[in-house]
Amino acid sequence: MKHIISALVQNKPGVLAHVAGMFAARAFNIDSLAVGRTDDPALSRMTIVVLGDDKVVEQVRKQLEKIIDVVKVQDFSLKDVIAHDLMLMCVHMPPEKRHEILALVEMFKAKVVDIGQKFVMVELANSEDKLEAFIDACRPYGIKNMVRTGTVAMGRLSQPNAPEGQ
Amino acid sequence: MKKPTCSPQGDSAQNQSALPIKTGAEIIVDTLIEQGVDTMFGYLGGVVLPLFDKLYDAPINFIIPRHEQGGAHMADGYARASGKVGCVVATSGPGACNLVTGIANAMMDSVPIVCLTGQVRTDLIGNDAFQEADTTGITRPITKHNVIVKDVKELQQSIREAFYIAKTGRPGPVLIDIPVDVEVAKCQMTPFDGVNLAGYKPQAKGHHRQIKMAAEAINKSERPVLYVGGGVITANASDELRALAQKANVPVTTTLLGLGAYDQMRPESLDMLGMHGTAYANYAVQECDLLIAVGARFDDRVTGKLKTFAPSARFIHIDIDPASISKNVNVQIPVVGDAKYILGEMTKEVQHKDRKAWFDKIADWKKCFPLKYDTKSPNIKPQYVIEQLWEATKDNAIIVTGVGQHQMWTSQFYKHSRPRHFITSGGLGTMGFGLPAAIGAQAAKPDALVIDIDGDSSFNMTMGEICTAVQYELPVKVCIINNGYMGMVRQWQELFYGKRYSKSSLKNPEFAAVAEAFGAVGMTVDKKSEVKSAIAKMLKEKKPCVVDFKVEREENVWPMVAMGKSLHEMDGLDIFESMA
Repeated sequence: MKHIISALVQNKPGVLAHVAGMFAARAFNIDSLAVGRTDDPALSRMTIVVLGDDKVVEQVRKQLEKIIDVVKVQDFSLKDVIAHDLMLMCVHMPPEKRHEILALVEMFKAKVVDIGQKFVMVELANSEDKLEAFIDACRPYGIKNMVRTGTVAMGRLSQPNAPEGQ
Repeated sequence: MKKPTCSPQGDSAQNQSALPIKTGAEIIVDTLIEQGVDTMFGYLGGVVLPLFDKLYDAPINFIIPRHEQGGAHMADGYARASGKVGCVVATSGPGACNLVTGIANAMMDSVPIVCLTGQVRTDLIGNDAFQEADTTGITRPITKHNVIVKDVKELQQSIREAFYIAKTGRPGPVLIDIPVDVEVAKCQMTPFDGVNLAGYKPQAKGHHRQIKMAAEAINKSERPVLYVGGGVITANASDELRALAQKANVPVTTTLLGLGAYDQMRPESLDMLGMHGTAYANYAVQECDLLIAVGARFDDRVTGKLKTFAPSARFIHIDIDPASISKNVNVQIPVVGDAKYILGEMTKEVQHKDRKAWFDKIADWKKCFPLKYDTKSPNIKPQYVIEQLWEATKDNAIIVTGVGQHQMWTSQFYKHSRPRHFITSGGLGTMGFGLPAAIGAQAAKPDALVIDIDGDSSFNMTMGEICTAVQYELPVKVCIINNGYMGMVRQWQELFYGKRYSKSSLKNPEFAAVAEAFGAVGMTVDKKSEVKSAIAKMLKEKKPCVVDFKVEREENVWPMVAMGKSLHEMDGLDIFESMA
């Protein structure tokens, strides 16, 4: 089962290596890992999607908390969280398919960010399900290239474990 | 959120303007002294010369090992014997790399040490400079915390944080990597105003509701067992453990690292459990209805086959490290916190219970399956040497070991009764640990009798440190249980590889002659009749002393729970019966 773990960490060199190394050393599986700044320049946020049963994820959380430079760890179950992934995708777009593809873009609330003679570059930020559905919808036209950030997440405001300061 | 987590000892912040400007090297020395360091270990090298220049006239007892690994083990032995933080210094590159085994050893056994390593100049880092290694990268998985200090302004607080992290919570090694230019750069000293780390709040006390639940479970239990690890010794909680065990009337078994936490001379002691534990400890664990783990981590050498470990028991787990709980077994009553506090509180809640049937059963096992060896053999049995050592020293000695058969026999046949008097490499199983750790323990306790019971192969790995013992007049005693094999490896080859003793026998030097050449006293004992007198002579010796006991070569450690077997499926018990 997938779990989304959100870790507030010190924004220092070596912290990412420490977290990634701990996952490798303890044989935990990372599905995705996204790191970025927070509103506090001293802190970064790591969002880690982990595969494993509850027992494994519990260990992941505890082992993360043991790392001195990890300040706070939250384990979101999938229902009480906004979890988004950002994707850029280049899709083959011959003139005769332009309408179909742009209709798909519209339908998925994606955005055209660049356009070339044969390809269109589309940006979509949404839940993983939506991204997968969009990929499936675009596949018949020919996907040239695709890049994803990995999931970032925040607890819903109605939930007790909503992120600090929200 | 910015509340200090440990109380300041120095001046208040108002005096800051009065504090002097000093170099990084001076700051290191001053801060080490501020943190209570009076003894340290370490080896010189290019990038730590500014630091060693300041150590030249510092009021610190400094011991130079013959190899940095020895220095790390010495700091480890020092910390375990004294309960203080051990401190070791090494230069960059090879110096730092040589510390690695010692750091990993301290990590596995939760020993508080602070390692200072030199690093190449900040502007050279990443350029493959001479004696450059990515020390923080290499040691990240084997330290509780590490940091490279690239700005002298952060140096003093980093050292304070290192000591705080090393000794609080579940202790462990902390490494500070210091580039040489930071050692010579200058900045103003800062007053010690405590340590506050956002991501590190070691939980000191246990939750009262959990403590109450645990006590109630003990009160209800018919067949409880206390399973005690090194955490009780780390927490200085032996007195509280004894009070609890005696008030509630619960038998006690310890892990290898827990030996000394409970007096083995007491009738309710079950001695050590696990792979080479006693039959009565292992049977008691397998049949108990409540297992109370304190400062222990359900290691595979303790549990045997996990699925059938203590099959009818509920588990209470008291540990300061939340990550230890429910890592290997599912625990019904976890209590996270300081063992000293928790055991003390639990003792108030427990009631005395007779449990006659349970203690009768245990007495029966003790009678049927005591630890045994062939006492009538004309040869020197390794167990005999260790029994004689115990007879001669009782609980007056700090016993240190290497790793292997001799370590297991020492855990079985020496009666450990006091905390911090048995020092051994448990988690990592580091051969060569014994002698340097004994030197560290002797440095911590100059008046104590420190005996390293070592194996010939273990001793071979680090015996150059005899020279260190001689130089610093640290009168450690080394008793080599010399069977001319890597004994435990040979035992496994005998049992599991059809007696094919592949590469497990080395040509040893004459250890006594080596010891003499180093300036220590050397003795060789090859007759059983000479064992007692040799021990007596060794104990009178004021100098470091190496006694080479040529023991029976192919003796095995029994009982034994083979890998993958359940704890009650011990081999070697029939051997005991045939000797009865």
